[in-house]
Amino acid sequence: MAALRRLSLSSIPPLRRIVSRSFSSASNDDQTLLTIETSVPFTGHNIDPPSRSVETTPKELLTFFHDMSLMRRMEIAADSLYKAKLIRGFCHLYDGQEAVSIGMEAAITKRDAIITAYRDHCIFLGRGGTLLEAFAELMGRRAGCSKGKGGSMHFYRKETNFYGGHGIVGAQVPLGCGIAFGQKYCKDETVTFTMYGDGAANQGQLFEALNMSALWDLPVILVCENNHYGMGTAEWRAAKSPAYYKRGDYVPGLKVDGMDVLAVKQACKFAKEHVLKNGPMILEMDTYRYHGHSMSDPGSTYRTRDEISGVRQERDPIERVRKLILSHELSTASELKDIEKEVRKEVDDAIAQAKETPMPDPSELFTNVYVKGLGVEAFGADRKELKSVLP
Amino acid sequence: MDRIMLSFARRKVLCGKFSASVLGKAFERIPRATYPSTRNYSSSLKEMTVRDALNTALDEEMSADPKVFLMGEEVGEYQGAYKISKGLLDKYGPERVIDTPITEAGFTGIGVGAAYYGLRPIVEFMTFNFSMQAIDHIINSAAKSNYMSAGQISVPIVFRGPNGAAAGVGAQHSQCYAAWYASCPGLKVLSPYSSEDARGLLKAAIRDPDPVVFLENEILYGESFAVSPEVLDSSFSIPIGKAKIERGGKDVTITAFSKMVGYSLQAAEILAKDGISAEVINLRSIRPLDRATINASVRKTNRLVTVEEGFPQHGVGAEICASVVEESFEYLDAPVERIAGADVPMPYAPNLERLAVPQVEDIVRAAKRACYRLVPKSAAA
Repeated sequence: MAALRRLSLSSIPPLRRIVSRSFSSASNDDQTLLTIETSVPFTGHNIDPPSRSVETTPKELLTFFHDMSLMRRMEIAADSLYKAKLIRGFCHLYDGQEAVSIGMEAAITKRDAIITAYRDHCIFLGRGGTLLEAFAELMGRRAGCSKGKGGSMHFYRKETNFYGGHGIVGAQVPLGCGIAFGQKYCKDETVTFTMYGDGAANQGQLFEALNMSALWDLPVILVCENNHYGMGTAEWRAAKSPAYYKRGDYVPGLKVDGMDVLAVKQACKFAKEHVLKNGPMILEMDTYRYHGHSMSDPGSTYRTRDEISGVRQERDPIERVRKLILSHELSTASELKDIEKEVRKEVDDAIAQAKETPMPDPSELFTNVYVKGLGVEAFGADRKELKSVLP
Repeated sequence: MDRIMLSFARRKVLCGKFSASVLGKAFERIPRATYPSTRNYSSSLKEMTVRDALNTALDEEMSADPKVFLMGEEVGEYQGAYKISKGLLDKYGPERVIDTPITEAGFTGIGVGAAYYGLRPIVEFMTFNFSMQAIDHIINSAAKSNYMSAGQISVPIVFRGPNGAAAGVGAQHSQCYAAWYASCPGLKVLSPYSSEDARGLLKAAIRDPDPVVFLENEILYGESFAVSPEVLDSSFSIPIGKAKIERGGKDVTITAFSKMVGYSLQAAEILAKDGISAEVINLRSIRPLDRATINASVRKTNRLVTVEEGFPQHGVGAEICASVVEESFEYLDAPVERIAGADVPMPYAPNLERLAVPQVEDIVRAAKRACYRLVPKSAAA
């Protein structure tokens, strides 16, 4: 039995572990069940929170490490591509928040639905999207997940129930409730996670949709990714009550450490079971973004560099999992470094491949305006010069 | 069921000074083009109000496809604010006929989300004035999704409800949204006139895989029209994007939609007495606009009057005029005339209200100007 090790992280309580084994084989056997405590307990609003002991396996933890590292690397690479002007327009990066996407995916199936706002690259990856599709879309190429016609804010993957990718703050919340309406109508026994930020949490349409979801017992989980800043406005300047998990009033809520992938997994699993029987619930993920709101925002005019580096040091989701893996001796430091190198290469290869793919054909200007175009004419800027028939 | 009891042997034609038009007194309008040449009503033609036409269309489409459902304020237990959805709650139950709270942004978003998932929602706005609370979902969440997702997310939704002026309801309850919605690629915008239009276009809209804005008219709900057995069949539908020539003519083309079709037909009767043969086109579809039919008509008549109830600036008539200038310039013998609502918020007092919406005499006057039978009044300062 490996010795219990205390890790000295200054501001969070030490990780403790209780090991229970199903087989008497080596301690990093993939089938070993590990029970790990979350960093902090959950706080409930109108609901008894789940236990902070989370079951996981070595394989799952290593997968978490790999997948979060991949997301991290993708976002950092996107930063460089944006500065090289290969990505245009808006680019909202998710680095720091990876645990929310990964933890959620670990708790649900691809038949459950996810919808989010514009910080969607990693959610897309989590739903099974490929790096090539992501980078190609960012660079406006036809190999992109939206064939180059959507851009950074409009990634979708219908086949795994990822409904985008929305640019209008807060609009995705009623849409997500509508998807849950569909799931209930079709009796699919699946749920929808509709994600939004602390900035969107004050939107009126959120409360309209939440009211109807509660009235009609829709299987929807509202996930507030509270990274504490709505663009440049800190939560305390935008919300009279920044306790977003309580905002549902009669709708139960849970506050979760969004930098702890196991806590996220536990909360999402709990929420899914709850809403299938009882109607909507709010999860507030306490998380953080290292980048500014978007690539046009340095992110340091409204918060201190000390704050940013402090979170990176104390609460980084990938570092937390690395420490867990090492402390439980599920892998070695150098093996983890290899995973990171592999991930870097995967990302670099995908970018190189994406760069080679062509832009959409000019005829694509006029495709997908309608599903059924009825043979109607559509016009370009000079209608006598450029026009097309919509199929 | 409200019915206008008129003798089948005679058609009552109202013409001349028609001051009651804004109050929408029920009158019978038989489109000549679809009507058999005999003036006697054949017993195979039934009378049907627009209200019943819409109700039966909703009923039949909900019966045919379990994915179709209706949501909106008072659509269920109240039987519909204008009784359009009467009887549907009893027949289909509260899971398919859903009364919503007064939260347009929320329930429109929910409807669009349900369409993303694959259901076929019909979202009712009590009037389209309230659709402005939800317009972001109509445009950004519904109209653009198929394009932004390169075909992954289609939105088979219908947004319907009364549009335009009613009677005495004031500025915030009287706006026409045809031009606003019809300018947006990704939407289809329909506006029925007769019961045949109402049935056929609503069925087509519900069956269509794209988002459709369906602009009804409160005053027309109570009007009766003759409908053939073909129209009454549950498989009946009208193709989207095709206008209908309600009345053939050779001297001037009049385009209109919704209630203004009725006014234009009355104007055509008056013009006929003065020897002007007007061709009245019922647009039916604002987007896609049937430019081919409009242009073919103008190439025949060489003169055009566009009629609409909404605000004139950047309106439907402006688009039709541009289309005709672009495609049929050499055929025009006179400038295009535009009849539209007044450039003011809708006033309440009935005399002012009357001045704020087109009247039959306005259409007659414009047609005569286009035919050079009337000298235009010099513009007031």
